[in-house]
Amino acid sequence: MLHTVKHCELQSGGFCFENSRRNATGTTIAGIVYKDGVILGADTRATDDMVVADKNCMKIHYIAPNIYCCGAGVAADAEITTQIMASNVELHMLNTGRPALVTMVTRQLKQMLFRYQGHIGSSLIVGGVDVTGAQLYSVYPHGSYDKLPFLTMGSGAAAAVSVFEDRFKPNMEMISSCRSEEAKQLVRDAIAAGIFCDLGSGSNVDLCVITAAGVEILRGYDRPATKGKREGQYRYKPGTTAVLTKTVTPIPLVKVDESVQIMDTE
Amino acid sequence: MKDYHYSGPVEHKFSPYSFNGGTVLAVAGEDFAIVASDTRLSEGYSIHSRDSPKCYKLTDTTVIGCSGFHGDCLTLTKIIDARLKMYKHSNNKTMTSGAIAAMLSTILYGRRFFPYYVYNIIGGLDEHGKGAVYSFDPVGSYQRDTYKAGGSASAMLQPLLDNQIGFKNMEGVQHVPLTQEKAVQLVKDVFISAAERDVYTGDALRLCIITKEGIKEQTVALRKD
Repeated sequence: MLHTVKHCELQSGGFCFENSRRNATGTTIAGIVYKDGVILGADTRATDDMVVADKNCMKIHYIAPNIYCCGAGVAADAEITTQIMASNVELHMLNTGRPALVTMVTRQLKQMLFRYQGHIGSSLIVGGVDVTGAQLYSVYPHGSYDKLPFLTMGSGAAAAVSVFEDRFKPNMEMISSCRSEEAKQLVRDAIAAGIFCDLGSGSNVDLCVITAAGVEILRGYDRPATKGKREGQYRYKPGTTAVLTKTVTPIPLVKVDESVQIMDTE
Repeated sequence: MKDYHYSGPVEHKFSPYSFNGGTVLAVAGEDFAIVASDTRLSEGYSIHSRDSPKCYKLTDTTVIGCSGFHGDCLTLTKIIDARLKMYKHSNNKTMTSGAIAAMLSTILYGRRFFPYYVYNIIGGLDEHGKGAVYSFDPVGSYQRDTYKAGGSASAMLQPLLDNQIGFKNMEGVQHVPLTQEKAVQLVKDVFISAAERDVYTGDALRLCIITKEGIKEQTVALRKD
């Protein structure tokens, strides 16, 4: 309830840039280091203030074949920053002839974010497996970073980290033969805590499992929140919208190429 | 060069209000009225309760839905209950829906310069047994409606109700009067949609259906994320 007097109220005039902070995601992202590698998790809700803008957005971004990054904070910043990193990493790999290192990505990220003094509002969790092993880093908008066995960020970080603090053990097993994939379940539970307890997070759980063998992206690993079933029919007969005037202009076209893109109407 | 980063003394102000979210909706039919609200109580990005309905029963024929600042909702409903009792004791009869609405308007305007941060909607039956809905703003301006949505998802619900109940923006559609079954179905469906896009709306929906037989309550589950 304690409010600070907003900066834009004190300016004498001109455009108020306060709203440029508003298009944030409101997110829960998490990562753990387990026996064979790292697992990254994220929810899939993007909010515009307190209205859901995207019910199924992808918050786990590609950086290198063995390095992925979860992004929280301002949606555009997280997206563009990770794309710039992916591009720089590719060039670096070509330049050096060596596969990417997670520390290299973290260093480039923190140097860039520090240069922008926090104006790029992206909080990232970088995870990957390289020649030195499995590593997990978090990078903050002002450029600081942490290297830890488990991390959470975003508005749902508190809810998610409580699950990790309770149940995380170093070198957790992921025994797929037993069907009790302990580590994946732990990350899923942490993200689910954020989905239910944080208003800025919601919809589904996405996971990304990175091992020395490869990467497994599990989009929609779990859908804990289900949409209610509508009882009524809300279709409109043709002619319901009034047509005031009608002008037909034929445009001659020649079909050169045809392609079909499936629209996600879930 | 202009300095966009403010570095200097910052004044902290205490705000007596806080926003606890929630959506309310009322629909009036020929011989019934429905008052519905979600049951989520939130603050900031957190949820205080998943079972805090915003419909309060005033009389056997009137229900009020209050959303906004929960502290003021509780106090306001207490004051309304007290005033109802006082009226009953002095006039030896229960207040009608229209009378309650007029009284609420004066109660709210009495706090014109430190308002109750509450969006009220009263739903009930009038003296002739017909459905009545009265919607208010925080300082007491009110009018009688056929249907009204208030609270955090009101801007999402109201246009849909304008279309489905008021038959607005449609041509060549028969204006059938609203039945109780259709109204209940519509209220459930619009809340399901509101819960998809408004973060403050969700958890459960509480419906109060008011007829001359009395007030029936129904609870429907909504998204919990």
